[in-house]
Amino acid sequence: MWACLLLPHLALDGILRRRPTDGPLVLVDGPINARTIVAANASARAAGLRVGQRLTAAQALLAQFDAVPYDRDGVDKWHRFLAAVAYRYSSEVCLLPHAIVLEVSKSMGLFGPWPKLESLLRSDLTDLGFRHRIAAAPTAHAAYVLAGVSDGQAVLTSDVLRRALRQVPVQKSRLPAAAASLPGMGVRTLGQLMALPRDGLRRRFGAELLATLDRLTGDIPSGLESFRPPDVFDLRIELLHEVENQSMLVFPVRRMTGDLAAYLAGRDGGVQRFLLRLEHRDGCHTDVSVGLLAAERDAGMLFEFARGRLEHVALPGPVIALRLIARDLPAFVPVGRDLFDERPANALPIEQLRERLRARLGDSAVYRLGSTTDPRPERAQQVAATANVAVEAHPRPTWLLDRPIPLRGMAPLILSGPERLETGWWDDGEVCRDYYVVETTQGQHAWAFCPPGEQAGWMIHGWFA
Amino acid sequence: MSAVVQLSSMFDARQVWRGRAAPVPTGDQPTGWHALDAVLPTGGWPDASLSEILLPVDGVGELQLVLPTLARLTKNKRSVVIVAPPYVPCVAGWRQHGVDMRRVEIVNSAENDVLWATEQCLRSGSCSAVLAWPHRADDRALRRLQVAADTGKALAFVFRDRRHLSNASPAALRLELEAMPRAQIWVRKCRGANVPSQPIPLTRHVH
Repeated sequence: MWACLLLPHLALDGILRRRPTDGPLVLVDGPINARTIVAANASARAAGLRVGQRLTAAQALLAQFDAVPYDRDGVDKWHRFLAAVAYRYSSEVCLLPHAIVLEVSKSMGLFGPWPKLESLLRSDLTDLGFRHRIAAAPTAHAAYVLAGVSDGQAVLTSDVLRRALRQVPVQKSRLPAAAASLPGMGVRTLGQLMALPRDGLRRRFGAELLATLDRLTGDIPSGLESFRPPDVFDLRIELLHEVENQSMLVFPVRRMTGDLAAYLAGRDGGVQRFLLRLEHRDGCHTDVSVGLLAAERDAGMLFEFARGRLEHVALPGPVIALRLIARDLPAFVPVGRDLFDERPANALPIEQLRERLRARLGDSAVYRLGSTTDPRPERAQQVAATANVAVEAHPRPTWLLDRPIPLRGMAPLILSGPERLETGWWDDGEVCRDYYVVETTQGQHAWAFCPPGEQAGWMIHGWFA
Repeated sequence: MSAVVQLSSMFDARQVWRGRAAPVPTGDQPTGWHALDAVLPTGGWPDASLSEILLPVDGVGELQLVLPTLARLTKNKRSVVIVAPPYVPCVAGWRQHGVDMRRVEIVNSAENDVLWATEQCLRSGSCSAVLAWPHRADDRALRRLQVAADTGKALAFVFRDRRHLSNASPAALRLELEAMPRAQIWVRKCRGANVPSQPIPLTRHVH
């Protein structure tokens, strides 16, 4: 069983999704002096512009409209991107002109029966902003043909398929070019064509026509090459205008992170680190690196983190293009949640909270402290240390000062001590101090030290808060 | 003038109701200080609310007041966030009080972002307690924190200087710490009950 996603407006949707406009917009192609329209949006068609028209004729009809050059590489890129998205639903995805076909008989065991799978595919494509037609049939080419005839048709058995194919007009059945003369001979539907003797057809139109017919019915294998999604995500969007304000970048960045999330869902992976490259004129660019603590793939989160980083960037000049590059794509492990979790149902996971804080406050703003085995107080703890140290038997304060400060005024009241801490000969940070717990005249309990054997020159190193 | 009507008959006819405060539910957030639990109306910290702790200087036992709670929460594998602490928490000291430091997130933040970060943590619902040291917090900012604590069902502790005592506060509980002549806690405001007239002695034990 094969599903076909036909993308009739691939080029136009690729442009429109990065610039939603209601105004007339056409895609033009051809030599500079004879540009013709190859695609037009609804409002351009309403104004009388149509495909195949000369650009000069269109300009005579309508004073104001946008003409964007047709970008073959861009269309191909979108085609492959959507194939990578579809890869989520099947391991066998193939590319056909303006269409993607995927083998779904095994996928239905996971995603449910065909109507459910179809609605999943439709909602994915609609979210990404691509218009589409979907059909399903026992062979890849038949699904391709049926999608061209009508939207939403699903044929489950080969008997029904033969009956359905008989009704298809010859012009819509994607036969080789040699078959273009068939309607002139009175052969108007595939049913009539299949009823003709094969020997005569081979002599008159060549073996290619028969092979095409056999691929349609499944008598010979489709012979399509499987698509393999790329290992690196690299998406570039050229902005139609120069952008000097960061807030104008939010919309394209949201699109790009959404595409990244769709791609990641396709390969069942996550992203740990990605780069947002803001391209300026003269080939220079500003890089915004987004690093995460753990692999993520939620579109909303990726967008939020990218926007948080983007807000802190000072643009040296207007931006003409955006590029999102993700090379570090580790496997994604969803966070498990306790069945008897006490937190509110809509709670944000602590990992997401940490990422949100880091995005605004800086990468090193959120941390955990742990013990090390070093006896010197200033080195006994550090960020993310995990040494398994027994609980200290001697008094330790709850606040530690970054640098010891002198205790002035009257001699403090000694509550306990001394405890001698000395060592550090191995790294030239040797210390030798007698630590006491003292009470200051203001009633604070402090952890103070003085040179060994003396009880003067007090230095406060912590508070028993 | 009309005849005198018996008040009891009006009560019986349900024409008059006796106004009384809604009963305060007993919370399940004991402070770990029995003398303090005994005077607080919920038998502990007000749940999902803001508690304000006012200090004369740092180092007078303000952390000892909350560490038993933090120890209980972190042992139950709940996260605790410390926003913009005035000093570095000493891991050895906190562990002596039974706190699992793997569950304690420390957030360094510029002064402008302290309230934002605190509100985010409270609102997220994934933190069981958030401790913050805001320098510039007015009545509106504290009210936001109170609402956020209620939304995220978290305990919020705000440590401020004693001079803010005269300003009104939306916090459900206000405690003032006194170091001299002896260490004691004054309850300055507690929602749901009258303020006790006597201070509670704070025993400061050094391990």
